[in-house]
Amino acid sequence: MDATTRTSAETAVVATPRPRVAGIKLSALNARRWQNFKANRRGYWSFILFMLLFVISLFAEFIANDKPFLVEYDGRYYFPALVTYPETTFGGEFETAADYRDPYVQKLITEKGGSMLWPPIRYSYDTHNLDLPTPAPSPPTWLLTEAQCQPVAERKGVKGCAGLEWNWLGTDDQGRDVLARLIYGFRISVLFGLTLTVVSSLVGVAAGAVQGYFGGWTDLLFQRFIEIWTSIPSLYLLLIISSVLVPGFFVLLAILLLFSWVSLVGLVRAEFLRGRNFEYIQAARALGVGNLTIIFRHLLPNAMVATMTFLPFILSSSVMTLTALDFLGFGLPPGSPSLGELLSQGKANVQAPWLGLTGFFAVAIMLSLLIFIGEAVRDAFDPRKTFR
Amino acid sequence: MANNGPLLSVRDLAVVFRHHDGETRAVEGVSFDINPGETVALVGESGSGKSVTALSVLKLLPYPAASHPSGSIRFKGQELLHLPEHKIRRVRGNDITIVFQEPMTSLNPLHTIGQQIAEILELHGGVTGPAARDRAVELLTAVGIPDAQGRLGSYPHQLSGGQRQRVMIAMALANEPDLLIADEPTTALDVTVQAQILTLIKDLQARLGMAILFITHDLGIVRKIAQRVCVMKAGRIVEQGDAATVFAQPQHPYTRALVDALPKPDPAPPMPQAPVVVKTDDLKVWFPVRRGFLRRTVGHIKAVDGVSVAVRKGETLGVVGESGSGKTTLGLALLRLIASDGPIVFMGHGLQGLTFREMRRYRRDMQIVFQDPYGSLSPRMSVADIVEEGLWVHHPTVPPAEREGRVIRALVEVGLEPETRFRYPHEFSGGQRQRISLARALVLEPSFIVLDEPTSALDMIIQSQMVDLLRGLQKRRELTYLFISHDLRVVAALASRVVVMRHGKVVEEGPAAELFKQPKTEYTRALFAAAFDLESAGEGVVAQ
Repeated sequence: MDATTRTSAETAVVATPRPRVAGIKLSALNARRWQNFKANRRGYWSFILFMLLFVISLFAEFIANDKPFLVEYDGRYYFPALVTYPETTFGGEFETAADYRDPYVQKLITEKGGSMLWPPIRYSYDTHNLDLPTPAPSPPTWLLTEAQCQPVAERKGVKGCAGLEWNWLGTDDQGRDVLARLIYGFRISVLFGLTLTVVSSLVGVAAGAVQGYFGGWTDLLFQRFIEIWTSIPSLYLLLIISSVLVPGFFVLLAILLLFSWVSLVGLVRAEFLRGRNFEYIQAARALGVGNLTIIFRHLLPNAMVATMTFLPFILSSSVMTLTALDFLGFGLPPGSPSLGELLSQGKANVQAPWLGLTGFFAVAIMLSLLIFIGEAVRDAFDPRKTFR
Repeated sequence: MANNGPLLSVRDLAVVFRHHDGETRAVEGVSFDINPGETVALVGESGSGKSVTALSVLKLLPYPAASHPSGSIRFKGQELLHLPEHKIRRVRGNDITIVFQEPMTSLNPLHTIGQQIAEILELHGGVTGPAARDRAVELLTAVGIPDAQGRLGSYPHQLSGGQRQRVMIAMALANEPDLLIADEPTTALDVTVQAQILTLIKDLQARLGMAILFITHDLGIVRKIAQRVCVMKAGRIVEQGDAATVFAQPQHPYTRALVDALPKPDPAPPMPQAPVVVKTDDLKVWFPVRRGFLRRTVGHIKAVDGVSVAVRKGETLGVVGESGSGKTTLGLALLRLIASDGPIVFMGHGLQGLTFREMRRYRRDMQIVFQDPYGSLSPRMSVADIVEEGLWVHHPTVPPAEREGRVIRALVEVGLEPETRFRYPHEFSGGQRQRISLARALVLEPSFIVLDEPTSALDMIIQSQMVDLLRGLQKRRELTYLFISHDLRVVAALASRVVVMRHGKVVEEGPAAELFKQPKTEYTRALFAAAFDLESAGEGVVAQ
């Protein structure tokens, strides 16, 4: 006994620290999963592309905005994209917020030797282009003839179409820039989808965990409840609720959450039912480990594999639901940038194909990317994928 | 048939498995012959390449991931290794057949055994209809299935493990093969059933005159059944020859280690004066059987039915019996891991009726090590996390450095390097995992450990190391063991006293030395004969 104690005391001193990879503790298992994920080239590049688009869209205010992000006026710097300044700041007359697209305000700033740094697209999602060469919906600027641009160009004192503020993808039927709306619409769709996915997974995993772990009557009652709950025709209920409540972002989120949380319950429940009979769960019980600890430390990591595999698909279906509601006019409030609304405009204005085509390609590409990512995630978590 | 040559001749066989980060050479330079009517045993620990060798004879490996860079396999003078798939299929199931280890998964659960035997007959012999039915009955009778006619309509789940293995053998014999490959056919079975199956295989061989390639890790079986033996280690045959000679004078050091691997009986003596650690009286674990619409309880499955045992400090109580005898249930019930009826007294404290929280302070002193080294460690936790878990529960205030020290001490005590604590269970072999399980129990410094078949999933050499480790720990720490096992050789090596269980009841109990020398009941005698001499008992004494 003495000898053992001494050797172990010595070895404790020389014991190596826990290995780390690039500052993040990546277990061998997760490293292998990352390798498998990367091995699916299509999914991996889809992931990179999607993350790129998403991160870019998070900075939408600096890409498509009707306010410059930097104004130098009278030797001082202003950040209109972040702070709202009244017109009087720049020597104007009104106490209202400055409209930087207004030639009058522009003149005030340039007269004092100031300058403005504009984002690449000078429209926000709700900016009405008042200088349209054709009646709204107006086609993309690069499709216009010089004759169409002539009157506007003359009025603004620029040369031909090239001198105008371009609408790269045209405008919708209210004269708003489609590209700007697309960027903001993509952002809100993905954010909505992500929030819905995360919250409904949390609720679903918790419900499934309780059912699977405790089993018996808890399980039985919960299962019957879910069966009844899922048999409620959710679309009609959504339509009714959204006609009573004003459907904002969070109201919609709450309504959709009512039904989306059930999708993971069955899966997690089955994983827990399987997992709770493992010998290492028995061993933990024999150690006197409490139920909550067993659930979180031992069982949840197992159930998370199945859950993670499903997440991209839940995300894409959440995005789809929002788009569908917007398309039907029961989604986000009027004026919000949304892909569904763009599609419904495309349907209403068949003579303006840039609306429908933009909406279609945006939704199709976004959902395809998500599905490809989902496939790669599924590969990554597939334990049999190791030996090919 | 080439008259004088060997039936099967394997020369310089190599098997390579390709995977995403390189190649593994599973088998290299293996050569052996099998003569008609002879039994050759391939012996080795798991991973030694014995199954891979046997499967390459029938080209059943996962090609193209597996390949043979060299070698030749000649069966009746015909080269099998490069035979196209449609030709090798004619050999499989016709001339060479195979019986696998796992009787639970080798039969299709959705077809009756009659259908499955008929399928083989139709595929290879073109026998159909009543003729096939008659032949199936004949085969089932030959492998000793009672009421073969009535059994044809049974599904695999309606048969016991031994009966399923008999059906598998019947299917393998359907076309009267010249060579039967038996890939650990008895490993998953109880000792008593194992003895019966071995007797059956020997009988059938004598009757049909076929050759057998028998793959096993159990030297006892080899002694019993094989004329010649090939000892494999790390993909190579290290020694081969006449079975009797190899056992009498092993040449290679590995063979010597294997022959010496039988655990030496040196149990802790019974201590009739020592204080009782755990005691139970008339313990019952009954699972209700509910039927009908109102789920009324119509009867009970009596897993443990009125068992009284007492374990004294420093001794090992061996609990033996066939599977289904209730020995594991007894162990779990004593630790209150499943509900039971009847008093359980641990160090003078009654445990029955304590709440989860009240139970916790006793859990520190009573621990368990499970059978399955692959299932009893969470694959997502590092060894340190696994061993540490008990400390978190029972000593939450211990500072991290001290905690780490205790983890290291426990690992060192079971013979593992302190560095192993950063690794994950899948990086370890079965024996090492079992040591980790033991460290997890030991870190709490318990006084009583239930060992639920801790050695039965391990290879022979590892098994005897484990037995030595357990014995050493017991001496150093004055531990008390409840040792559950169906492997009587290991029990003989460890147990001071033995309890023999059958159908949830204690059949016989007493000091190990006396019990092993003079078993009183017929059941115990049959059990011992099966385990030590691989002799099958007469009808009716043990399960079929």
